[in-house]
Amino acid sequence: MASTTVAAWDGEHARPGLLTRVFDNKAFLIVVCLTPAIGLLLVFLSYPLALGVYLAFTDKTIGGRGGWVGLENFSYLLSDPVWWSAVFYSVFYTGVATIGKFALGFWLAILLNNHLPFKSLIRAIVLLPWIVPTVLSAIAFWWIYDPQFSIISYLAVDVLGVRDKNFDFLGTPWSARFSLIAANIWRGIPFVAISLLAGLQTISPSLYEAAMLDGATGWQRFRHITLPMMMPILAIVMTFSIIFTFSDFQLVYAITRGGPVNSTHLLATLAYQRGITSGELGEGAAIAVSMIPFLIFATLFSYFGLGRRKWQQGSDND
Amino acid sequence: MTDAVAAQPVEAAKNSSSSAPETMSWDSRSRRVVLIYLPLACFVLILLFPFYWMSLTALKPNGELLNYKANNPFWVKSPTLDHIYHLLFNTAYPKWLWTTMIVAICSTFLSLLASTLAAYAIERLRFKGSSYTGLGIYLAYLVPQSILFIPLATVIVQFGLFDSPLALILVYPTFLVPFCTWLLIGYFKSIPYELEECALVDGATRLQILRRVTLPLAVPGLISAGIFSFTLSWNEFIYALAFIQSSSNKTVPVAILTELVTGDVYQWGALMAGSLLGSIPVALFYSLFVDYYVSSLTGAVKE
Repeated sequence: MASTTVAAWDGEHARPGLLTRVFDNKAFLIVVCLTPAIGLLLVFLSYPLALGVYLAFTDKTIGGRGGWVGLENFSYLLSDPVWWSAVFYSVFYTGVATIGKFALGFWLAILLNNHLPFKSLIRAIVLLPWIVPTVLSAIAFWWIYDPQFSIISYLAVDVLGVRDKNFDFLGTPWSARFSLIAANIWRGIPFVAISLLAGLQTISPSLYEAAMLDGATGWQRFRHITLPMMMPILAIVMTFSIIFTFSDFQLVYAITRGGPVNSTHLLATLAYQRGITSGELGEGAAIAVSMIPFLIFATLFSYFGLGRRKWQQGSDND
Repeated sequence: MTDAVAAQPVEAAKNSSSSAPETMSWDSRSRRVVLIYLPLACFVLILLFPFYWMSLTALKPNGELLNYKANNPFWVKSPTLDHIYHLLFNTAYPKWLWTTMIVAICSTFLSLLASTLAAYAIERLRFKGSSYTGLGIYLAYLVPQSILFIPLATVIVQFGLFDSPLALILVYPTFLVPFCTWLLIGYFKSIPYELEECALVDGATRLQILRRVTLPLAVPGLISAGIFSFTLSWNEFIYALAFIQSSSNKTVPVAILTELVTGDVYQWGALMAGSLLGSIPVALFYSLFVDYYVSSLTGAVKE
């Protein structure tokens, strides 16, 4: 009788049930909280990653059982001109697109850092290419690059008269390579610009004022204030950008599917073609695994880039 | 020299709208137009043009589309809804949209649940190695889908989930959870720990604290993590391409590429209509919460 009175008086806190007591056990609570996230990552990320490395050393095909073949897949790849072309184009694509994205994105960030009317509207518009599914905007680019109806050809041939025949954007290897890079830059500018804008806004205006009192020119202020202050953020954003550009799949798959004559294959699209389309899972896995050294390099770059500032987690460690 | 120094702050004050005013060589307004507004207008024009072109093509009748020299290609004289009608009633497009929506909503929900708990444990329950757990989850974000899709396809087959949207719902959190956890750790960190201590002293259980104190204060973070997850899962392509075979289970990005591109004659009108309709839901969703989106994106980078 007394206990019900207490319960009514103190609400739900008075008689901690078994469940409540179990959940107040800190160790138990930690395990419960981490299980869903870590479980998902172990089953669908770590395990497949290890399995992928294992598959790369087998000759497994879709529907077939694979046996251990050692380094055979890799030695085959080393003798395969298409793999070498994919390595070359992956590096070239990443290099040129990253330079383009960062040059233009940095410029756009600096422009957006001015006081502008409709600032938030402009920022919202600028981010749009990054929001819209890549494949859907890639299809729009495919249409812009159409040999017959390209709007760029129309402008050059019929409006400006600077050419007498249409561009063949996707018909020859180099023009196809650069067309894809242009589409990738277009899609990457918003993320770079908005992220760098965040960095620019943390730089104190008093630094610029002091530099101007000392008579620094615009370029000197950029070179000696903006750039050094932006290095940590540039390092992070660039690592993300490099990793995701190097492992890009959608844009190439949507626009050229690796053609003409395999000239625009990235490692990811080549892995898909060999692994899923042709069913050679082992070989496809080996191509995917061959991306790992490059990605580790980029991640280490990120780690040391991050190490220069307090990383989110480590604020009480240093 | 002293004159120049004295003049500078005056200039700076006058031109307070610019964060880094320079010595004025010509009228500051025309200077701003040339250095800021003109390049900015070019950027906006180029960034938006493909969407304009997409919408225009989606509304153009085939006659105008093919005979582009006789008409102004930048405008549409007699807009038509034929392509959109064709898409909605002669293809499985509504089903694809529905599948994409279900997959995006379910995987967003699952990711938010998992990453809220994980971020809470890492940031608030503080245990030995919690920062390494956080780092480990963060590093998972850097493993790209294009390395994983081949082994994951065999895992999905083993689990009997091949060709099922459930496979996508379970797999998408692998790239959503790391990002959301990272974002939410930042949000939890911004909530004063004293609030939770007060609640502990008052006799609240940890779960009550999470539900009544921490989560309500983290709502902006939850919203932005939700938008990120939704747009990322709507955008995902390679898993959906590799794990789904039957036409009716495909997601919009995959279905447009594999089902609408038939033969050598591309139906550009229908393709563009499909791309447009597939973009509108994310664009709408994003425009509702754009401020959260931008601030969390910038916040995540800044932190």
